[in-house]
Amino acid sequence: MLRYVIRRLLISIPIVILATFLCFALVTAMGDPLGDWKTAKPRTEAAVASEEAIVGYNQPFFTRYGHWAVNFIQGDWNRNVVPGDNNQAVKPQIMSALWVTAKLVLFAELLAFVVGMLIGVISAVRQYSMFDYTITGIAFALFSMPLFCIAIMIKSTAPPLNNWLQSIGFGRWITTSGPPIGGYTGGFWHQVYQFTGVYTLPVICLFSISFALYSRFQRGSMLDVLNSDYVRTAQAKGLKQSRVIFRHAFRNALIPVVTVASLNIGAVFTGAVITERVFGWQGMGTLIVKAVTNIEPWMVLGWLVVTAIFIILFNLIADILYAYLDPRIRLD
Amino acid sequence: MTARHRTSDVDGVIGTLNPDEFGAGSAGRDASDDSALLVVDDLSVGFGTEDGIVHAVRNVSFSLGSRQVLGIVGESGSGKSVSSMAIMGLLPKTARVTGSIKFHGQELVGQPYNELRKLRGNGISMIFQDPMTSLNPVFTVGWQLSEAYRAHHNVSKKAAWAKSVEALEMVGIPQPDRRASQYPHEFSGGMRQRAVIAMSIINDPELIIADEPTTALDVTVQAQILETLLRIRDETNAAVIMITHDLGVVAGMVDRVQVMYGGTVVESGVVEEVFAAPRMPYTIGLLGSIPNPTLVGKRLTPIKGAPPSLMNLPKGCPFAPRCPLAIDECRETEPELAETDRNAHFARCHRWSDLVTIEHPQQLFDQQEIGVVENPAALTAANPDMPILYDVVDVEERLGHGASDTVTEAGPSDSNEETAS
Amino acid sequence: MTNPTLEVAAEASGAAVTDTSASTFDTTKARRQSVVILRRFLRHRLAMASLIVFICLVLFAFIGGALWKYSYTFEDTSGGGRYLAPSGDHPFGTDALAADSMAQVLRGAQFSIIIAFVVAFLSTTIGVVLGALAGYFRGWVDSVLSRFTDLVLVIPALVLVGVLSRNSGSATSGGGSGNWQIIALFLGLTLWTSVYRVIRGMTLSLREKEFVEAARALGGGVGRLVFRHILPNTLDVIIVNATIAVSQAVLIEAALSFIGLGVHPPNTSLGLLINRNELEITLHPWLFWFPFVFIVAISLCANFIGDGLRDAFDPRQKRVRT
Repeated sequence: MLRYVIRRLLISIPIVILATFLCFALVTAMGDPLGDWKTAKPRTEAAVASEEAIVGYNQPFFTRYGHWAVNFIQGDWNRNVVPGDNNQAVKPQIMSALWVTAKLVLFAELLAFVVGMLIGVISAVRQYSMFDYTITGIAFALFSMPLFCIAIMIKSTAPPLNNWLQSIGFGRWITTSGPPIGGYTGGFWHQVYQFTGVYTLPVICLFSISFALYSRFQRGSMLDVLNSDYVRTAQAKGLKQSRVIFRHAFRNALIPVVTVASLNIGAVFTGAVITERVFGWQGMGTLIVKAVTNIEPWMVLGWLVVTAIFIILFNLIADILYAYLDPRIRLD
Repeated sequence: MTARHRTSDVDGVIGTLNPDEFGAGSAGRDASDDSALLVVDDLSVGFGTEDGIVHAVRNVSFSLGSRQVLGIVGESGSGKSVSSMAIMGLLPKTARVTGSIKFHGQELVGQPYNELRKLRGNGISMIFQDPMTSLNPVFTVGWQLSEAYRAHHNVSKKAAWAKSVEALEMVGIPQPDRRASQYPHEFSGGMRQRAVIAMSIINDPELIIADEPTTALDVTVQAQILETLLRIRDETNAAVIMITHDLGVVAGMVDRVQVMYGGTVVESGVVEEVFAAPRMPYTIGLLGSIPNPTLVGKRLTPIKGAPPSLMNLPKGCPFAPRCPLAIDECRETEPELAETDRNAHFARCHRWSDLVTIEHPQQLFDQQEIGVVENPAALTAANPDMPILYDVVDVEERLGHGASDTVTEAGPSDSNEETAS
Repeated sequence: MTNPTLEVAAEASGAAVTDTSASTFDTTKARRQSVVILRRFLRHRLAMASLIVFICLVLFAFIGGALWKYSYTFEDTSGGGRYLAPSGDHPFGTDALAADSMAQVLRGAQFSIIIAFVVAFLSTTIGVVLGALAGYFRGWVDSVLSRFTDLVLVIPALVLVGVLSRNSGSATSGGGSGNWQIIALFLGLTLWTSVYRVIRGMTLSLREKEFVEAARALGGGVGRLVFRHILPNTLDVIIVNATIAVSQAVLIEAALSFIGLGVHPPNTSLGLLINRNELEITLHPWLFWFPFVFIVAISLCANFIGDGLRDAFDPRQKRVRT
């Protein structure tokens, strides 16, 4: 098992390196950061030359990559270079945004996974019941709705919800603009109140589609497993039904769902991007949209690399979990 | 021998099962006790589907005492597996079971899951067909065996583990203590099946149902598994139901055989009797479709047609559409399972008496002789100008990766010469 | 495994539960497999209904859009025309610029549908070809392709396409020509990974089957083996995946356009429409709901059709083992 983990870790390293290279190529494909600036007004040659020197696109591709990579590892992620965009350093912006987004993503995913699994198991054991049909219907509906629409709809429930809460004395609990910039204020419970008010709607939003995915998958996986030979053997041994379901069936049904969760992480990030955009949070989502729109090469690059590392890390964890759950994999 | 008191009255009123009745251990039984252990009376199983009812099992009756081996033979679709699943109570919810199954006089039909589970793996245990998928891949073999033991005995994990190792040893697995810590995928097919057998005997059952236990295995392994099962029967005096479609297995292993077709029993009796003097055309067809080395140059006798749909069974005998002896009466009314001229030999056929005089199965089912070359070598020697199609000399094939290479060789003198005809 | 050109005796006698309606269906007649599949699909009520709805949507979007009296550039400047609620004259209402909403929505639907189909076709084709190659040749081909796939997956698809298509201009620096082809192209180039995995897995197992070995023994070359023998057996999976791909493509393109990194004027799409009308949901909800309903309808119908096809190809009947 340990050998497996180490091997997986070692393989991840070249993947990370290749990923940075890919990201760099992508950023270059975005085009000239100075494109808009050059055409907005007539610019003098000297001005153009100096801006180009700052951006550094006049150098060959690999040299630029090399410079960037060396600096990146040392912690210098360059700055916003498009003229007019405040010349802030990239790294702090990404880090603060990452902190905001990571919390959202982790909450929503964990919740979606746990609830999704539970619902999936119940759906499978009570196949074709009203509960099963209802959940299936909801899942189908959610799969066919774009996340941004769900987000818009959920967000639109905030004012009436707040009105109602205010009328019963609970105050305007829901905040739709994201975590307060200066941090939470007041005593502990007030902070909890603020915190949950901020996170509730976006978490529900991000939770929805992942939940649909996990519950459907868990249901399908459970059904397969419940029809398998070894479950029949477990019953033939004289085990209690509950033990058969939770010890034998569920444990095996979990395996493909872990794979799905690992593959889903990219979609979750996308979902976070969209959710933040709708709710106006200052997270990774708004950051990247702005950066791509303005063609901020170093910002986009930093964002892509950080996201890639995150995803690779998640995949690694999922792989390890998978090997823990399924002994057949460890022979690899 | 202690007298077994009955906990249900003669009409089979459903009470709770008394587990003290079961698994009394081989010490509590001896070979001479043949009061019927299992009595199946008029068992019928139907499955409700959206297109109709599938009558998988129809009016099956038999009984079994300890140490007896009953073979149930039939093709897919004959109802053999469903009847055994009915005994275990492992049928899906769509199944409708009528009739009676009594184990030690206690009625099993209609018992809820939680009652029957006291019996499963304990008084009655079952071995399934495919060893590759019968064991849970994520738990060690020892763990699964211990679980089977602890489901019915309140002992510590250590004690259960020791029992598991003991069971593995009993089925002939070498280094049982090492093997118990391994996962099923580290076992070969034959060993896995042995592990499954070990799991089924760990609680010393009185009845072992083996549902095609060797079908998925190589022939050599097959023989070992069957031998293991017989040995266990000898040592524990358990009764065995052996379900198979392989008549060879039946011949080598069982005391009595029951042939099933179209969901019902069509012939039953002592195995030597039934093989020597079959009294039902289907049985004759079955026997005739086995390759027989004494009948060189003769074709096998397949039975034309296909088994009946269990949803729309024809009126009358289910075998009538394919039977060479069928007359109008056969197509009108289904025959009863009646005693034939031989002792304790029953057949479900209107015309069983006409079968007394038939010598070879070929006489019943049409077959022609085909041209067969008697002596290939002589033929080649007599015609030296015939072209040689293949000449295989000194061929070597290497397989594998790394150290474990497998080499298959054709020796220098292997040459195949085929006649172009 | 079945060779699709083989005629099979449909559910004749046998132990499996049959899907016959007893009296009119001759169970013993031999049938082509495609007919069997078609029959099963036609009996799947939900899929059939979805197919009809889908076709109606497409017709409505294209023909209705072309024939509608208001064009999408029309602006009703005759005073009071802005933010009109749905009425007989403007069934979907009007928007902030007094333009007829239905014309906008239908045009948006046209683009969304075309893009979805192009993306589905492209991604499925790429996924199938790469998957077949990886599965058939194995070895280093498989390694390289699979690593490449992993690499593509480390960057969320939405952002990947947004970055790639930025150079063709997005909402801010939009030139005179639209960019829907670019969007469709890049989406297609990014979304093939799941199809790749599935086809690769199937090819890996199919290539070991006896009929492939037999074909090879008869002198079949790689092309023949892959295209004539292996891939036809994956056709069911490919078709199902393609329909699901349409369903997903609509959603992703809408999301991309919504955040501003996708289709931009003069092209439009349902996502772009919602982007423009995002804040109208409380005061002028029709501007949000109509595009929304169209997106969901397209995606849902494609989903159900895919489900129906999956069931038609491989009905999961509860087999009764006797």
